Amino acid sequence: MVLAESGFSSPRNDAFPAGLRVLVVDDDPTWLKILEKMLKKCSYEVTTSCLAREALNLLRERKDGYDIVISDVNMPDMDGFKLLEHVGLEMDLPVIMMSVDGETSRVMKGVQHGACDYLLKPIRMKELRNIWQHVFRKKIHEVRDIESLEGFESIQMTRSGYDLFDDGHFLSGDDTTSGRKRKDADNKHDDRELSDPSSTKKARVVWTVDLHQKFVKAVNQIGFDKVGPKKILDLMNVPWLTRENVASHLQKYRLYLSRLQKESDIKNSFIGMKHSDLPSKDSTASFGPHKAMNMIPDDVPNSTYSFSASNSQAQNVDLKGQGDLKGITSAPMAEPKGALSVDIRDSHEAKSTQMSFDHSLGSVDSAVSFASFNSTTPLQYPWTEIPEIQFKQECESLHLENGFSQLPLPGPSMIENEANRSRIEVKPLLDDCRSNFVEHLGPVGAEDLFPIQSKSQSLNNQVFDLISATKSSMKTQDVGLNYLADSEFALRNLNASGVGVPLATLSEDLQICWLQGDCYPMNYGLQDLECSTYDNPALMAETPFHLYDVLRFDHEHLFDPAEYYAIDQGLFA
Amino acid sequence: MDLVQLQRQFVDYRTSLYHEGFLDEQFTQLQELQDENNPDFVVEVVSLFFEDSERLLNELARALEQQSIDYKRIDAHVHQLKGSSSSIGAQRVQKVCIAFRNYCEEQNVEGCLKCLQQVWHEYSLVKTKLESLFQLEQQILTAGGSIPM
Repeated sequence: MVLAESGFSSPRNDAFPAGLRVLVVDDDPTWLKILEKMLKKCSYEVTTSCLAREALNLLRERKDGYDIVISDVNMPDMDGFKLLEHVGLEMDLPVIMMSVDGETSRVMKGVQHGACDYLLKPIRMKELRNIWQHVFRKKIHEVRDIESLEGFESIQMTRSGYDLFDDGHFLSGDDTTSGRKRKDADNKHDDRELSDPSSTKKARVVWTVDLHQKFVKAVNQIGFDKVGPKKILDLMNVPWLTRENVASHLQKYRLYLSRLQKESDIKNSFIGMKHSDLPSKDSTASFGPHKAMNMIPDDVPNSTYSFSASNSQAQNVDLKGQGDLKGITSAPMAEPKGALSVDIRDSHEAKSTQMSFDHSLGSVDSAVSFASFNSTTPLQYPWTEIPEIQFKQECESLHLENGFSQLPLPGPSMIENEANRSRIEVKPLLDDCRSNFVEHLGPVGAEDLFPIQSKSQSLNNQVFDLISATKSSMKTQDVGLNYLADSEFALRNLNASGVGVPLATLSEDLQICWLQGDCYPMNYGLQDLECSTYDNPALMAETPFHLYDVLRFDHEHLFDPAEYYAIDQGLFA
Repeated sequence: MDLVQLQRQFVDYRTSLYHEGFLDEQFTQLQELQDENNPDFVVEVVSLFFEDSERLLNELARALEQQSIDYKRIDAHVHQLKGSSSSIGAQRVQKVCIAFRNYCEEQNVEGCLKCLQQVWHEYSLVKTKLESLFQLEQQILTAGGSIPM
């Protein structure tokens, strides 16, 4: 039973805390009625639900429709703690738990899962009067972070954009090294730089895509098992970030990963997303912000793949740890089949703001990724646009062969970097990719995208490595679905071995890869762009990052000027 | 009986319910929540409680009749009943629930059955008493008077 207030209100007016929009979830009808009455007496705007799932749907439907959630711990359809996790990660709203059971262990569990308070039933009205403090506190923290980010973002965006447009740099083979170096330098710079300005538009944006990437990168460097907020903070080298910020984010991240891990098996079965299936934007969305996902038009088949390009920044591609990848993959995997969306929903849906994006995007450095992810609405376009552009670009820039275009491998520099870290050897990949690839990509118009350079090297092994490398970095590139775990894409893209391996097969492979957790030779045709130019330094130089390619190649005929513009906007929004 | 007498009777009766532990502070809260917007708030909430409790009690009876008893399920139901009774301040029912849960934990079927009986008993008592209280209220209102706080 949902008793919604008439219409959906926009964010509170100035009479705060009056008008605070509260969502109450409790399976006990008596309590639900009482709480509703109590909250109304506090001049709050109350919505009730006796089902956790329904509550989640309500929250997802209107991302900004509520200020705080109060939920009972024991509910028949879903554990209150699970709901708590979801809300914390997806919507980042304060959640208050309630229960008639006041055992310390339960309360502790609540706090551990992120509850900002734990109320014991019977609840008195005076306890409800002050719940606004949790909302207020969060706002303050967000504002603080946003303010500190503001300056950074604009600089960073500019830089990213600049890099992307630095044609010379990525085009020439000789520049591979220098490009890489530059990337590294830029990367370091980025740490000190401001975050995406678009993030300032959102009230809740604290962890931008870029920031989260840094976070993940740090986590991976330290080793997921050994992380601690202090270590991460030190590695991230983001001056304005506090240990508390990192600690709370780490907590959420951990919960998120553990959930994804559990569900990865289920998801794995969905992994064999076909190309055409990829554009299940909605599913991807589950990974990332809902909005953004919806934005990815299904009619932009390429986008799913190309989007990953947004990962473009190889540098920022963090080699995500296994956990990370897995986490990511599981979500995206499911999508293509449609089941994914379901799964994703069940599993932890990516936070609309950053987490998911970060995962999927890997090192999405481009402003676009930021833009799209960070801002709820406007940026979506750029995002969706980008994939297309990327594809096209790649096709253009790479010499199409049988409909293959060289997949822009994540840049030689990137690859090399990755390789260094993750034993990636791209070259072999290319060959395999090339042979198998394009044909199978089919549906999504992958033909253009399969820029897999076929160098006649067996890519399987490489794919293996590459997958690991690309997982984190290229993930989104290939898949276009930022959300998709990198590995997923890596698999897809690498598709080294199977000659004529149909997408379905690829799916299986992908599944296998996933199940096995990591780099396995992907017999997926390169659906996307990445694999292409490893062998050819020139080529490699050309396509360091998808995104770069996109930006770099002004193949207008490949996409509408409008798209380009959109991307442009997105990048530099 | 005239209005004043009715009102006095009402107050006395209500006080006794508190003294005897049938109701607690929570019930007072409910009464305070009632206002012009929801003139029947307390009655509505209590009705919900009756409905929910009876459902739970039936579930409990069913569960305890099974060949192999699912204590987890029983515990869940009792927990719900406990929460529900706390909502209107049905203290005695709540107390029995606590004992009931202990027996569940021990997987003591005898203890559970005994508690089920007790909880039924306490529930019936509080239900009867609340219904009487509401009847008195109604009489006062019908007589044109107001309910003393």
